[in-house]
Amino acid sequence: MPQRNLTLLNLLTLGIMLIATGLVFFYAPTEREMGEVQRVFYFHVAAGWIGGLAFFVTLVTGILYLRTNNSRWDMIGYLSVEIGLVFSLINIISGSIWARPIWNTWWTWDPRLTTVTILVLVYVAYIMLRQSLEDPERRARFAAVYGIIGFISVPLTFFSIRIWRTIHPVVIGSGDPEAQGQMNMTPAMRFTFIFALIAFTVLYACLLANRLRLEQMAQRVEQLKLKILSA
Amino acid sequence: MSAVNAYARTVAAVLWKDLTAEIRSKELLSAMLVFSLLVVLIFNFALELDKAARENVMAGVLWVTAVFSGTLGLNRSLALEKDRGSLDGLLLAPVDRSAIYFGKVLGNWLFMLTVQVIVLPVFSILFNRPILNPMLIVILLLGTAGYAVIGTLLASMAIHTRAREVMLPILLLPVTVPVLVAAVRASSAALINADWEDIAPWFNLLLSYDVIFIGVAYMVFDYVVEE
Repeated sequence: MPQRNLTLLNLLTLGIMLIATGLVFFYAPTEREMGEVQRVFYFHVAAGWIGGLAFFVTLVTGILYLRTNNSRWDMIGYLSVEIGLVFSLINIISGSIWARPIWNTWWTWDPRLTTVTILVLVYVAYIMLRQSLEDPERRARFAAVYGIIGFISVPLTFFSIRIWRTIHPVVIGSGDPEAQGQMNMTPAMRFTFIFALIAFTVLYACLLANRLRLEQMAQRVEQLKLKILSA
Repeated sequence: MSAVNAYARTVAAVLWKDLTAEIRSKELLSAMLVFSLLVVLIFNFALELDKAARENVMAGVLWVTAVFSGTLGLNRSLALEKDRGSLDGLLLAPVDRSAIYFGKVLGNWLFMLTVQVIVLPVFSILFNRPILNPMLIVILLLGTAGYAVIGTLLASMAIHTRAREVMLPILLLPVTVPVLVAAVRASSAALINADWEDIAPWFNLLLSYDVIFIGVAYMVFDYVVEE
């Protein structure tokens, strides 16, 4: 991506994130039962969404790499995992912060939390796999395969654990009436929520583009180093 | 029809090779067996349980044992292939590579089942529960199959890495959580002779997992072994 476009994207991201933060703190109303801590929800869910999106991108680039053998797909897949892992951790930590006053515990083995933990473990394993392979072509192939397997296993993991009772609030979809911390959203909250999702998606694209540029430059440096050393 | 025959013959040939090698050396089975018994023993010491609690964890301990010894078997099975060069030999053969994969899966599955067959009576004695339960047998078959399917694929990758045998559990355990959860829940239910409605969701999950990952492995195995 040419430098000018990248700078524009960076500025757009900055702007949209500032607006989103403003919306979360000043526009969205205070939730009746949970109070101010509920505001964590907007960025918590957005971070979770980006985690899932990033890993989906890895699935797609993995398949594309296996079919075309173009190492650019492999690079995008790997960088997407990096970003996805960060956002998943943000998801977990912000969720814990919310949970402490609401559920009176930092952690519980409810289906969604367990699934996110396993998700993080799968992609940490992905990174470890890459780090323990030296041949770049084999590394790309194996990473693509593991990315595919990892992504497919996650819905299965979720369903396997979900058949147990959940206390995690189900904001979208059927709610277990016994689940604590349920809430309905007013239009203002809904707007903030969707805006946060969009803002985070733009943030993801921005981080990926910048990271990609960084990685490409690092590779150029490596090539130059080799050229100088062999001259 | 003869293409199917050729495929089946390849699978059978790879399976026969693994079984024969194992019968002669007994390297894998003895290691897996001793390890399983040790794990059971350690659980007995580690978990200071009263009678009721012990009955609750029996299914869990059974599957942890299966998972750990299974990892051992998978590692050894593929590492032997690579070290002796027989993997290269197999790949040179003019056969469908997925047939090689399925042959290995069947071999690993049979090894895991053999170990289970020997370990289950020990379990029955230590936990003082009857285990001759047809539903439990079916769950054992499905669970170990799922584990063997994904384990063989990942082991084929792990043996090429720097960390070798250590890499397999790291790769394997997170993605086999559905199998573990479903198998333990279903086994618990089977051991107390619960109704079919209680076991059905787990049974279906195991079946779906097995089918989905057999499909994925079939499509992806070529990419794992190509040079």
